[in-house]
Amino acid sequence: MKLFLRYVLVAAIALVAPSVASASGHGGGESFSPKEMVMEHLADSYDWHIITIKDKDIVVPLPVIVRSSTGWHIFSSDKICHEGAVYEGLYIAHEGKYKDKIVEDIDGVQKRPLDISLTKTACGAVFSLIVVMILFLVAASAYKKRDEIDYCPKGLAGLMEWLISSILDSVIKPCVGSNWRKFAPYLLTAFFFIFVTNLLGLIPIFPAGANVTGNITITLFMAVMTMLAVNLFGSKHYYKEIFWPDVPVFLKAIPLMPLIEIIGIFTKPFALMMRLFANILAGHSIILSLCCIIFVTVHMGAAVNGSMTAVALLFMIFMNCLELLVAFLQAYVFTMLSSVFIGLAQEGH
Amino acid sequence: MGLLTPSGGLLFWMTIAFGVVFFILAKFAFPVILGSVEKREKYIGTQLDAARAAEVRIASLEEEGEKIIADAEREKVNILKDAATSRDKIVGDARETAQEEAARIIAEAKKQAQEEKDAILASARGEVAKIAIAMASKVLRDQLSDSQAQEALQEILGDEASGEKV
Repeated sequence: MKLFLRYVLVAAIALVAPSVASASGHGGGESFSPKEMVMEHLADSYDWHIITIKDKDIVVPLPVIVRSSTGWHIFSSDKICHEGAVYEGLYIAHEGKYKDKIVEDIDGVQKRPLDISLTKTACGAVFSLIVVMILFLVAASAYKKRDEIDYCPKGLAGLMEWLISSILDSVIKPCVGSNWRKFAPYLLTAFFFIFVTNLLGLIPIFPAGANVTGNITITLFMAVMTMLAVNLFGSKHYYKEIFWPDVPVFLKAIPLMPLIEIIGIFTKPFALMMRLFANILAGHSIILSLCCIIFVTVHMGAAVNGSMTAVALLFMIFMNCLELLVAFLQAYVFTMLSSVFIGLAQEGH
Repeated sequence: MGLLTPSGGLLFWMTIAFGVVFFILAKFAFPVILGSVEKREKYIGTQLDAARAAEVRIASLEEEGEKIIADAEREKVNILKDAATSRDKIVGDARETAQEEAARIIAEAKKQAQEEKDAILASARGEVAKIAIAMASKVLRDQLSDSQAQEALQEILGDEASGEKV
């Protein structure tokens, strides 16, 4: 505890006297850009960068699958991911509209080919889906092995059962209503995918640590799935409420209310998409920014750097704890709102 | 803006991966787990009902047992009471019969004693009569030794005899 207080004290001194510290520091060496570092992590990439040791990047190459004007190209990302690399007429744009994307030049104009590369985010998503699948299949096999009516599972199966039951009983059943059985598989898969992905996102070591749920494409997909579940299985009552709601006729004749309701169909999943995306993205950015403090202060002398490292570490631990909560909370909120939207569309069934 | 633009390739892979995992889980994992949980829930429900019924039954049995014990207690008291009264009655009867017997024996003894006394008295009376006759005859013999007396007696006797014939 005394040691901890001493650290805090040193950190406080360092905070009130930054000018002194910077004066003693000597600039030089290669510049470190926190923005670049954070953005590089948050954005998708063709390869999975793990660590750089003495200017040597340790990278997991991922498959690039591209259909350009010359046909399909499938190759490893290490052929294209270094400076100035051009492979089979394809290269990664460093600026412009398609920054950091694979492009090809057709008649001197950058064109984007059909790109279904297994990028870092795609691999992260697939990895967490595999984790989810293994968790459930192992849990299910425990039940199959012991086919007894009073079998109460222990270990992983018990944990999974507890999680499933709590989500079912506290979210899905009350929010969806009597039709919950039809939607439970999707809602549970969605919950566990988001939850596991959020947790994996907090682990900084390959193959975890990719920014998956903080990627708009992933949250867009999840939101579209919920939108489909809501609208494909909507009741007659639900559609009547959209196209011919119980409001004065002049409101429907214009048709103002139906328009608002139709916009509502899209705003609900849009809110789902943005909420999850923004929350996870913000969490990752904050932790990474805190981490950057250590490297930004590296040229400001040992005292400042040491104290700032301590402060940054403390804040990072705090943020990671908070993100653990957020990881569950966002999965919970996504599942709950999806359940509520589905439940609203099931009314009058 | 790069962060806000969805990517088609990623969407493609996500759709495939999520679709496959969703299908597998919906087919092989969730039905097993949910079914098992529901079955167990139902089982626990029925077991609880059975336990509740058993509890009620035990309570009724206990009540019954208590009633039986109470009945037995009452019976015991009754039997004891009956036993006491019959004992008293038997003792009383015995005393009565004993008294009666004693009275009867005493009466008989008295009667016998009376009879014996009477017999003794009767026999004594006979003896006394015999002695009196003997003495009288002795006296008579002495008195009848002279002829005059004999004749007088003859006369008396004759009178008496004739008188008897008339």
